[in-house]
Amino acid sequence: MNLRKSLKVYKKFLHTSLASELEYKTNILVDLITAILSLIGSIFLLSIFFQNNDYIGGWEFEQALIIQGIYTILNGITNTWFNPNLTEIVKHIREGTLDFVLLKPIDSQFFISLKKINPSGFLEIMLGFFLLFFCIRINQINISLSFLTLSLITIICSIGILYSLWFFISTTTIWFVKTWNAIEVLRSFLYIGRFPLNSFSFSLRIFFSVFIPIAFITTIPSEVFLGLSQSWKILLEVIVTTVFLVTSRKFWLFALKFYSSASS
Amino acid sequence: MFTLLKVQYSNMLEYRVEIALWAISGIIPFFMLNIWTNNNLNESINISNDMLSRYFLSAFFVRQFSVVWVVFSFEEDSLMGKISPYLIQPLNPFFRYFAQHLAEQITRFPFALIIAFLFFIFNPESIWIPNLGILLLSMLSTFLSFLIQFLIQSIVACLCFWTEKASSIERLLFIPTLFLSGLLAPVVSFPTYVKSWIYLTPFPYLIDFPANLLSGNETNISGGLSMQILWIILLFPLFKKVWSEGTKKYTAMGS
Repeated sequence: MNLRKSLKVYKKFLHTSLASELEYKTNILVDLITAILSLIGSIFLLSIFFQNNDYIGGWEFEQALIIQGIYTILNGITNTWFNPNLTEIVKHIREGTLDFVLLKPIDSQFFISLKKINPSGFLEIMLGFFLLFFCIRINQINISLSFLTLSLITIICSIGILYSLWFFISTTTIWFVKTWNAIEVLRSFLYIGRFPLNSFSFSLRIFFSVFIPIAFITTIPSEVFLGLSQSWKILLEVIVTTVFLVTSRKFWLFALKFYSSASS
Repeated sequence: MFTLLKVQYSNMLEYRVEIALWAISGIIPFFMLNIWTNNNLNESINISNDMLSRYFLSAFFVRQFSVVWVVFSFEEDSLMGKISPYLIQPLNPFFRYFAQHLAEQITRFPFALIIAFLFFIFNPESIWIPNLGILLLSMLSTFLSFLIQFLIQSIVACLCFWTEKASSIERLLFIPTLFLSGLLAPVVSFPTYVKSWIYLTPFPYLIDFPANLLSGNETNISGGLSMQILWIILLFPLFKKVWSEGTKKYTAMGS
């Protein structure tokens, strides 16, 4: 399938789902307030941690704010794309409408991963960028070309890992039908992405970098922002991302073999 | 009411795996505990490591038995038009949801125990056995906390009659609940400018107060319980009002 066709189809997706979401305008406003409050809440929590301490896991308050910024951006991306689409997969499988998706002359993973969009997540992404710019100022980070490319690479990798995790869990729906709760578990694990990895004990650190690489998702991009990251870490993140993306793709194709439509 | 509970319980037993997953998704307090103890943050608020572990374990328990999701069920039912037959029955539909929640708590109990057991294996020094009186009192206050949250969510759920998508309002309300209830950090550790007004809101009575009670941390028992009851007394008439206004407004979907 060529790229131009995908783009064209994607434009149509964007148009239809935006049109349907904008029906609920007050919802978007409420979601915006939710995003702002949740950012305030986590900064409040951080400030409790830093009340009598200057460092948490070797991070200063101003540095830990960068993690919050990146987390907010990634959370916004999750709310915009991953969440609405992948909950849709559950519905497709339960109601057997996945048949229609599979019959379409388009890649099924592409279709179900990008069909829907939730515009209120955009505001959260913007919020995260505001916080990041603020952090760049208070941490006096020099913006150079290499800094920009490296941070872009790591953030894209984080998005890739996040996507694979979500997609992986949604794929298991083919066997278990109801994975809504597994997504809840993932969400609660992702929550620790709000804090620097070093603030956790050694065993949790291992768990969150080997089994569920949440550590890579926020901590490494933040280290890149601060210019602290060693190049092997960045390389490792790229490798992990590739592995995750490829396996989630393979897993989807594998799972499809087991798909036997509902009520037929 | 009792039959309703029994039906819902057998219903819930069907979804054991899901409820187990739900129980796992509540482990955020343990991550928080890890941050607290790993960075010696508790020294500044004068709580020993053991007391803090007990606090967070209790917070986990209280949260497990006070989780409410009525607004999501109600929204789905009302968007699908399933509410109409319920409305004809001589029983407020919220009783049905109430029984559903209670049944789910019973199903959840063994999983929560397993998680507590695992927790004690990793933290053997924090094992404690509260005396019977305290245990009963904390169960009571957990139930009251559940009632407060159930009432608040039911009020939000009734907004479905006006806006159709009430769950986003619930998500909004969930944020202060998350950060102010003591699930992520005990309320004692909050800065004074927050502590000065927080005890007037319902939030600290949702998790912090029952958890303190259960874990044996210092707390004002009679004051906490009476505040919980006060909030229930305040919220109940409000719910009745919203409910009766809402049902007048109700127009079934697709009819």
